[in-house]
Amino acid sequence: MSGRITRDEAAHVARLARLRFSDEEFDELATQLSAVLDHAADVEALDVTDIAPTSHPHPLVNVTRADEVRPSLDRDEVLAQAPSVDDGQFRVPPILGEAP
Amino acid sequence: MSRAVPQREPAVPDDWELVVGLEVHVELSTATKLFCGCANRFGDEPNTNVCPVCLGLPGSLPVVNAAAVDFAMRLGRALGCEARGAVFARKNYFYPDMPKAYQISQYDQPTNTDGRLELPGGHTVGIERAHIEEDTGKTTHIGGGGRIHDADYALVDYNRAGVPLVEIVSRPDIRGAEQARAYVRELRAILLAVGVSDARMEEGSMRVDANVSVRPAGSDELRTRCEIKNLSSLRALGRAIVYEAQRHVDLWSGGERPRQETRHWDEANGRTTPGRSKEDADDYRYFQDPDLVPLAPAVEKIAAIDAALPPLPAARRADLVEAARRASLAILTGKPQPSDPDAREAPAPDAPEPVSPETAALLVERGQDGLVRAAMAEGADPELTATRVTNDLAIDDWSSVTPEGLAALVAMEASEQITATQSKQVLAEMAERGGAPEEIARRRGFRAMAGDDLAAVVDGVIADNPDAWSRYRAGDDAERKKLSGFLTGQVMRATKGQADGAAVNRLLQERAGPTSQLA
Repeated sequence: MSGRITRDEAAHVARLARLRFSDEEFDELATQLSAVLDHAADVEALDVTDIAPTSHPHPLVNVTRADEVRPSLDRDEVLAQAPSVDDGQFRVPPILGEAP
Repeated sequence: MSRAVPQREPAVPDDWELVVGLEVHVELSTATKLFCGCANRFGDEPNTNVCPVCLGLPGSLPVVNAAAVDFAMRLGRALGCEARGAVFARKNYFYPDMPKAYQISQYDQPTNTDGRLELPGGHTVGIERAHIEEDTGKTTHIGGGGRIHDADYALVDYNRAGVPLVEIVSRPDIRGAEQARAYVRELRAILLAVGVSDARMEEGSMRVDANVSVRPAGSDELRTRCEIKNLSSLRALGRAIVYEAQRHVDLWSGGERPRQETRHWDEANGRTTPGRSKEDADDYRYFQDPDLVPLAPAVEKIAAIDAALPPLPAARRADLVEAARRASLAILTGKPQPSDPDAREAPAPDAPEPVSPETAALLVERGQDGLVRAAMAEGADPELTATRVTNDLAIDDWSSVTPEGLAALVAMEASEQITATQSKQVLAEMAERGGAPEEIARRRGFRAMAGDDLAAVVDGVIADNPDAWSRYRAGDDAERKKLSGFLTGQVMRATKGQADGAAVNRLLQERAGPTSQLA
């Protein structure tokens, strides 16, 4: 049942998602995530030899639009949604490090 | 991007070899963004080209811009890539430049794979892939004296978020700084030729990252590489590669090994500084974007793109060099020459190329090869035509210069009716206002003083400067060159610039006789 996800792996995934948990919560999360993976692993029991990999439930390809400009949103309206604004821009806390 | 005189660079020691691969991000010049109808425009007021899709608002759905796919495929085919069915994936990370907390890119099924780019010198660089992805917003750090780590806060502009990019990933086939620059120049020439991007490094519509490692010369191993970012010019690219390679050589030579990491080029101090340790692809938790369906280009579509590709820079350079050979031979023999080189009269065995590959590269890069070829077809001397056109860097707009006009101008200069200096001035006016060169030269009173008139002036200058003349006569080649500058200057002054420098030099040589080998 458990053991697919270690405590360290749960902590790593939490760090990537910028989530903070206590040690007890990590133990519980590792167990729960393992259970989710166990459930997904049920699929491994099926024979899928003749089934092509499917990325989408709809049999559609090449859904595109013409390269025509549509109106954008009003800037004041956009910025009104933001917690902090400065000089027509979104103001955010300084970010340590650089963009990936 | 000027083709400056090649800079002399420090190189890594001979027993080491550079292994460089480049990742070039190019903004496509579509009218709208990749997944929404917001304008794709550089320089607008911040956050005026944004909508629910590119702001990542809940419930919004991306729809692929057909033109962006066409542009990416056009570029891919120009790079000799295979065009493939492709799937968009989410690259997950937290940074405020992407409000969705993921960037939509292509991961394991990109649009273009397995191409190649041939450099003007003949070296071929493999292209691993050229995939489509969206650009990020622009973050500006405020306060802290400009240092990111000390900043008080950051401002984000999402006008750029969602702009279509193609990332062209080369194989690690580049062996030095000059090759890296040649690769970027050639890639830029191809981008401009196929018309999918303005490819301006200084405006950030073309951004280059370099993966650098070194290995003992002759081996084929791939050692730990570092990815260098923040390369905003060709000069920075070359300097950063040499610096980084030398750093690796020093580490390996001292019994250490480089760490695999991202590094930043520090232009002011001429060095690279460590950034974040390179994340594993796993950490981005790529998965197929459920909001977007696959791209599956039809065979007919690929064929149509191939058929519409314009002549590419490599072919245009070769065509220009070849057309110049043919035109030059036609002038020499006084007979039109057939297009089949084997059916022509043989050129002199040691005849130089009338238009060198370097000059051809410059003309093609500046889009002037068509004009020069057309002027040659009108009978213009190839070498002089190329010289006249490549010399005039001050002229931005050549649209008023017709092939016939250019050919007539070059003919006037070649027959010494006007001097080189006068020819440049006439050309400048032709570019600015149009008009026939004969008419412009007549109106300006331009004519080259020639024949007996010029000879009389030269003799006068010789008589007035006996000391300089005797030193000229007795001097060796270097001394003559020096004094010829002085004497020619005197002739120019006496003729108010209506003498041709080359003609004056010839007259001086005739009068002095051959240089004394005993001098």
